[in-house]
Amino acid sequence: MADWRKQFRAFCQKHRRAFGWWGLAGLAIALLAFVLWNASGMKTAAAELAAYAQYRFIQRALVVGILVSLCAALLGVSLVLKRFSMIGDGLSHVGFGALSIATACGYATAEAMPGFLPEGVRVALAGFLKNGISQNTLAFTLIVVILFAFLLLRLSESSAIKGDSAIAILSTGALAMGVLVTSFTSGMNTDVYNYLFGSILAMSATDVFLSVGLSVAVLALFLLFYNKIFAVTFDENFAAATGTPAKAYKMLMAVLAAVTIVVGMRMMGTMLISSLIIFPALTSMRVFRRFRQVVFSAAAVSVACFVAGMALSCLYSFPTGASIVLMNLIAFALFSALGAIRSKN
Amino acid sequence: MALIEVRNACVRFEGVPAVENASLSVEKGEYLVILGENGSGKSTLVRAMLGLVRLRSGSIGYSDGLRKNQIGYLPQQTAAQRDFPASVEEVVLSGCISRMGMRPWFSKEEKERARRAMEMLEMTGMRKKPYRTLSGGQQQRTLLARALCATDLLLLLDEPVSGLDPDATREMYGVIRKLNRENGVAVVMVSHDVDAALQDAHRVLVMEKSPVYLGDVAGYRAFAEGRRTHG
Repeated sequence: MADWRKQFRAFCQKHRRAFGWWGLAGLAIALLAFVLWNASGMKTAAAELAAYAQYRFIQRALVVGILVSLCAALLGVSLVLKRFSMIGDGLSHVGFGALSIATACGYATAEAMPGFLPEGVRVALAGFLKNGISQNTLAFTLIVVILFAFLLLRLSESSAIKGDSAIAILSTGALAMGVLVTSFTSGMNTDVYNYLFGSILAMSATDVFLSVGLSVAVLALFLLFYNKIFAVTFDENFAAATGTPAKAYKMLMAVLAAVTIVVGMRMMGTMLISSLIIFPALTSMRVFRRFRQVVFSAAAVSVACFVAGMALSCLYSFPTGASIVLMNLIAFALFSALGAIRSKN
Repeated sequence: MALIEVRNACVRFEGVPAVENASLSVEKGEYLVILGENGSGKSTLVRAMLGLVRLRSGSIGYSDGLRKNQIGYLPQQTAAQRDFPASVEEVVLSGCISRMGMRPWFSKEEKERARRAMEMLEMTGMRKKPYRTLSGGQQQRTLLARALCATDLLLLLDEPVSGLDPDATREMYGVIRKLNRENGVAVVMVSHDVDAALQDAHRVLVMEKSPVYLGDVAGYRAFAEGRRTHG
């Protein structure tokens, strides 16, 4: 038993490069077959895509999506290497909870407020919930998610509580709260479905404005602190010992991740946004071995997969988020094959 | 004049004492080895000297031209680091971050400094190599080069040879000795390898939560002999 296993392993080891080539060839053949199969459709598809690109909401989705993909990929490299991928996932669930609660606030009336409060306070509170929070869902969600980012970071560091289980409790808890609040007010409708799985129609003009601003800020901060982020990611202890405020940079990374998640959540959906952070980094690490290469490659892969996923989603009316994840999966398979070829010994 | 002066330092983790009443000073250009069993507080003492753990009482002072962010530190490697995607050059350069302040890029001097550090440790040829493909000894030399980017005066090394094979261990000790004797860098090394301590060290500190011996190598031999005979 152990013998054939050993032999099999040795065989795999020996022919690793060949497997890589065959895997790549297989993927290429599959792609070719797909293209040929759709050969007549290709021209019309291109025309169709060009027609789609005229739409305002598609343009908005493209702009915001590309920016969010860039942010997610850049931050993702550090988050994955620091073993923080779970935080991204947790934050997206918290985002769903916050978004649902903010939406539910639109249904607030003075009668529904706690009875022990005087009349004036009840009216004021209902007014604040209705006009203050439900009209600014993005801002409200952003604040809540950033606060939770701090909390999750602390949880993941503390040795007293098991970090990953604490994150799991918080994130599923937030998800459940969101679902409960929604079912009390508007019921489980298309809104909730869109929060969970994303929709490119979810972007209003103000959302686009805010999203672009936030993404550009995330990109600028990442570039400005690139060297410090590398040092803290590679070795927090060394960075702290030589006087770099490592904790502060970790906070910065968590905040940037929170912003990216909230901005991208509408389009990708709660369930899928964390894949935008994790996939490009993991994909790039299959092939590249230097930090800078990994960062550049992750950014390129992320944007390419987003655009390809959008095209797929438009042409066949697939759900956007899932299409983008599908593209990321394909890229991961491709890079894995390339990595197998590249590794020489 | 001492580079670092530790006075009656106490460290506790959740109420449990890790270091108690430790006092010592590290002189310019000396080679001090800290010995002790696992859990004797030797790593914690070093981390306290770097300001990584908070003191419960006592104090730690830096002087003689040493600023707190100019200590070269070689931490114990973590599992995540071993397969980190980074080139040797990227890792070594990251030793300069304390010099950058708020400037986002590395200056010419910093790059030159990293180049010299790699040259000193004979890593220049491997500049572009991925860190994860290096041998254990080469990885440690890379981290030592990074530490040299941060300091001219003092290196704190936490178990620099753990996990290395005998050849790589000998080579590592040789490099550390050279830095100490030729470049005048003071070395504080945590170790449980007694032989190495006796070979190169000027002074030895033995920790058992608090220091039980601090003195020269000859004195340490007598101390260890006395322990063996009297239990």
